[in-house]
Amino acid sequence: MNALHHAMKERILILDGAMGTMLQRYQFSEEDFRGVRFKDFHKSVKGNNDLLSLTQPQAIAEVHKKYFEAGADMVETNTFSGTTIAMADYDMEDLVYELNYESAKIAKQVAAEFTKQQPEKPRFVAGAMGPTNKTASMSPNVNDPGFRAISFEELRIAYKQQAEALIDGGVDVLLVETVFDTLNAKAALFAIEEIKEARNLDIPVMISGTITDASGRTLSGQTAEAFLISVSHIPLLSVGFNCALGAKQLTPHLEAIARRTQLAVSAYPNAGLPNAFGEYDERPEQMALQIKEYLDKALINIVGGCCGTTPEHIQAIAELTSNYKPRPFQVQQNTFSVE
Amino acid sequence: MIETQIEIQEKRYLKLSGLEPLVITPESNFINVGERTNVAGSRKFLRLIKDENFEEALSVARHQVEGGAQIIDINMDDGLIDGKEAMVKFLNLVMAEPDISRVPIMIDSSKWEIIEAGLQVVQGKCVVNSISLKEGETEFIHHAKLIKRYGAAVIVMAFDEVGQADNYDRRIEIAKRSYDILVDRVKFAPEDIIFDLNIFPVATGMEEHRKNAIDFIEATRWVRANLPHSSVSGGVSNVSFSFRGNDKVREAMHSVFLYHAIQAGMNMGIVNPAMLEVYDDIPKELLEHVEDVMLDRREDATERLLHLAESVIQDSKEKAVDTSWREEPLQDRITRALVKGIDAYIVEDVEEARQVVNTPIEVIEGHLMIGMNVVGDLFGSGKMFLPQVVKSARVMKKAVAYLLPFIEAEKNGEVSSNGRILMATVKGDVHDIGKNIVGVVLACNNYEIIDLGVMVPAEKIISEAKRLQVDVIGLSGLITPSLDEMVFLAKEMERQEFSIPLLIGGATTSKAHTAVKIDPQYQHAVVHVNDASRAVTIVGDLLQKDTRAAFRQNLKVDYDNFRTNFLKRQKVKSYITIEAARKNKFSIDWNASEIVTPNKLGIQEIDNFDLTILKDYIDWSPFFRSWELHGRYPDILKDRVVGTHASELFNDAQVLLQQIISKKLFTAKAVFGLFEANSVNDDDILLTHEGREFVFRTLRQQSKKAEGRPNIALSDFIAPAASGKQDYIGCFCVSVGFGAQELAEVYEAQHDDYNAIMVKALADRLAEAFAEYLHAQIRKKAWGYGKDEILTNTELIQEAYKGIRPAPGYPACPDHLEKQTIWELLGVEERIGVRLTESLAMWPAASVSGYYFGNPEARYFGVGKIKEDQVADFAQRKGIDYELAEKWLKTNMAD
Repeated sequence: MNALHHAMKERILILDGAMGTMLQRYQFSEEDFRGVRFKDFHKSVKGNNDLLSLTQPQAIAEVHKKYFEAGADMVETNTFSGTTIAMADYDMEDLVYELNYESAKIAKQVAAEFTKQQPEKPRFVAGAMGPTNKTASMSPNVNDPGFRAISFEELRIAYKQQAEALIDGGVDVLLVETVFDTLNAKAALFAIEEIKEARNLDIPVMISGTITDASGRTLSGQTAEAFLISVSHIPLLSVGFNCALGAKQLTPHLEAIARRTQLAVSAYPNAGLPNAFGEYDERPEQMALQIKEYLDKALINIVGGCCGTTPEHIQAIAELTSNYKPRPFQVQQNTFSVE
Repeated sequence: MIETQIEIQEKRYLKLSGLEPLVITPESNFINVGERTNVAGSRKFLRLIKDENFEEALSVARHQVEGGAQIIDINMDDGLIDGKEAMVKFLNLVMAEPDISRVPIMIDSSKWEIIEAGLQVVQGKCVVNSISLKEGETEFIHHAKLIKRYGAAVIVMAFDEVGQADNYDRRIEIAKRSYDILVDRVKFAPEDIIFDLNIFPVATGMEEHRKNAIDFIEATRWVRANLPHSSVSGGVSNVSFSFRGNDKVREAMHSVFLYHAIQAGMNMGIVNPAMLEVYDDIPKELLEHVEDVMLDRREDATERLLHLAESVIQDSKEKAVDTSWREEPLQDRITRALVKGIDAYIVEDVEEARQVVNTPIEVIEGHLMIGMNVVGDLFGSGKMFLPQVVKSARVMKKAVAYLLPFIEAEKNGEVSSNGRILMATVKGDVHDIGKNIVGVVLACNNYEIIDLGVMVPAEKIISEAKRLQVDVIGLSGLITPSLDEMVFLAKEMERQEFSIPLLIGGATTSKAHTAVKIDPQYQHAVVHVNDASRAVTIVGDLLQKDTRAAFRQNLKVDYDNFRTNFLKRQKVKSYITIEAARKNKFSIDWNASEIVTPNKLGIQEIDNFDLTILKDYIDWSPFFRSWELHGRYPDILKDRVVGTHASELFNDAQVLLQQIISKKLFTAKAVFGLFEANSVNDDDILLTHEGREFVFRTLRQQSKKAEGRPNIALSDFIAPAASGKQDYIGCFCVSVGFGAQELAEVYEAQHDDYNAIMVKALADRLAEAFAEYLHAQIRKKAWGYGKDEILTNTELIQEAYKGIRPAPGYPACPDHLEKQTIWELLGVEERIGVRLTESLAMWPAASVSGYYFGNPEARYFGVGKIKEDQVADFAQRKGIDYELAEKWLKTNMAD
């Protein structure tokens, strides 16, 4: 059993909170985003948070550090948009490998420092693979429902490149997250399986879907259980949900999957629902109170926060969670064929 | 450390998904795979794909799902089409239709590139149909590995390098070898493996085909016993290939084959439901002959079946009424009469039954309930449709009516039922078609129905419920004021400490209203039920002794969650003040707008209108909807699933309609008027008639609109007084209800709910037809602005004409109060006798009233929710108290 599985058998793992919310506090300007290296880049890059791993690596490391200090066992790399598909907005497709590789390195280095100080609580890094900004099973044009802006093949290639860079940078786990279109995620899983087979590597994979609203479905229309069934064909470390909803609204969907899978279950909801100004204002203790319901019902093995959550939220959740034993789960064995 | 005990259930079941999950457990019924979206199997579908008529092709898929297919098989293998391109295009379109893509897809092709292209565009877990060892192990493994990586289940054909398995030994040999390779070497999940063990024709006359069916069945049994977690599927129609042209025999063969194959473990397959006879309904002789063939029981089985088949063809060609069932045992005859809705012999049979039992009540509890349970099961499993069930009920009622005098004579107590249900249409409301249907269907399932009828005051519902100690109360209503009446009733039930469940149904009711307004008033179960088939399961769950407490508790939680979510979503919508809304009115350029002066102003009356003319104006689609048969007329008559039943219903309706017309059983009356009018103060319409002034108060949309979108009120379609232009408005009331209630009562007295419901449904259709007809006449003659229009009935239904006829109580003018103004202005009650109830429903029920707006820019819209400021303004304009206005507009007010 490796360190990660060992930790998960022992305790409920704490994932970090929002990266974006923390980076906003730095109020980086266009110049800050550019740094020296992209001083003369032909396009505005402000808002390209993934780029900060190259131009403001200290800030990224600092955020990871804060989350580890707050009690997180695992942080996510700053690579939510690290695919050629998402980077096309900034004409930065060529940087994808470097962005992912460096982001993984930064997170891994901070994690190693903490593990060194506290060997009984090893820290881990999850390579974040976001949904991209295109959907493979929906048309962006209502008048042409058969049209697709991206194909499975394009997604597979882009995800493969991202996953390889993250693995090369040393991440412990790959996290396919904020899945609003299951077909995008299936392309990512397909790519990861190809890499695992080619490198004869058994890196754990986590997947986290997004239930977009009260309808209880993903953006591409699947129910929680249909989503679970659609991604259960490759060995996973965990399945769960993040984003779009607050902890309270997420509960029924977690219940829907937790009762039906022997995999570990993860949840990292937003800090409540956005208020009238689009801000997330659920306070740490409020959020922790909702998370308590997950724990009492034994719904989760991994918990953290998404949009609007901060180290304070993670700390509140970590303190609460330390009183609970993890939900029983099974680790799936790799199932490559011999051929 | 807090440790929580939980049990996670994850069994090795075949799990598939579209937008929704499909988990196939040992308890699952046979999984029916829709096969009409297969160019190899359906000439129609092939033609549609060749013609690139994808829209129609989608409707083929939709029909299958609506008809109960749990998976749809899609196949584009045809020499004349680009299969890969057609597969991708069609699947992409299917994905955009949630009512189709909710079920899993079976990607069917003999070409790997088509299968792979299909797998790349479907998010759910599909089934690949199929792979085999035909081209050797290397290719088999390669494809299986990719299928696994794409996340699909797979059908494995019993085919190998040598050829297709055509006997028992070869079938199990190939199945075993395929399974071992997949499970041990590819690490394929065994529950994701489905075997197609080759269904081949029997009775071909060739000696080597004699065991085709039995070998398949036995091989199926072996696979299910020896290859753990796997499934068995197949295309059933192959088996009867040699009887092409003789559907009756083919249907029997399919049923017999499935009956035995399912018992052996075949758990899914491609079956055309229209080509299937109910196993128990196969004539005995035919059944025996078919089973001889299927199970290879006699040397001469094929010859005997061929011989019989000739006479079977004869039978169906002559369409002779088959009365052979009259020879069967008594219970079979009674069950058949109930299932088929044949009442010709029921009294005779019931009398025979009465002779053999000790007390007459045993006939109801025994013979009749056995039959009705069959009806209930068939309906519950989607094998019978609503009109058939209502016909069954007619037979049941006739039988019970015959027995009652005997039962009373013996005074031996009550008939035991599953529960007693009180049903009523609430005070002020007169609509009861839906309620009657739900009542009939529940009665079929052995519930005792106490139907209090229409316009029932709350006090009466409460007192009768107490007196008769009912187990459930069901309330129905069609107009919006009924919603408040239901809220009131829930409060009363709470106050008087009821604890029985409350069912809510009817056209204006909704789960949202039930959850937000009714459920919080009553601490016990409240359920919204809008269709008859669901009513049976819900009432069953509500009353089931062991589980009802939990079910009721879950309902409360469900409605509570629904309410919370609903209210949360509501808050997002923002509103503007009524003043601001008026500033953003729908503006017509009155200088440019052409206003046509009516040919004849004032009020006119039509008495005793000829129903024959109205017949052609009927929009039949809603008629089928009221019987829970969904689809558009006339296509529905040919629908693959409900077509026969829809046709039968339609024929019955024609017969009754002809009677109504020829015997003049309904009287159609109308009153209408056209008046000089102008809009004043933005939202009011002022008109004069014989020197008196009347004002219609309209309501205006108040939700915040996107830039450039107006906040409309009906008054916007009438020229304002300030424009200096003289404009016009009309209003009307038509009714075909005179005689309808009486006629329905005649049928009810004969225990014929089928025709009683039919009478009301037809009256409603005729009233709508009359309104449509009258509107056309107004446009062409009395007003005359549309004198040149020529429209077909379809165009009429699609409202492809100028001008509108909105009705008070409907979206453009949701307040019912303005009906009073119409009544006063036209003298509706004095002239034609249609009156308004206290909730402002029209009586007789089959009536329609409304306004006429003639401006070419007038269009239908929904007022949506309004705010308190408009309600206060409305009250002030109307000269009534705010509280009164609020009472009538409550359902339209934003929270």
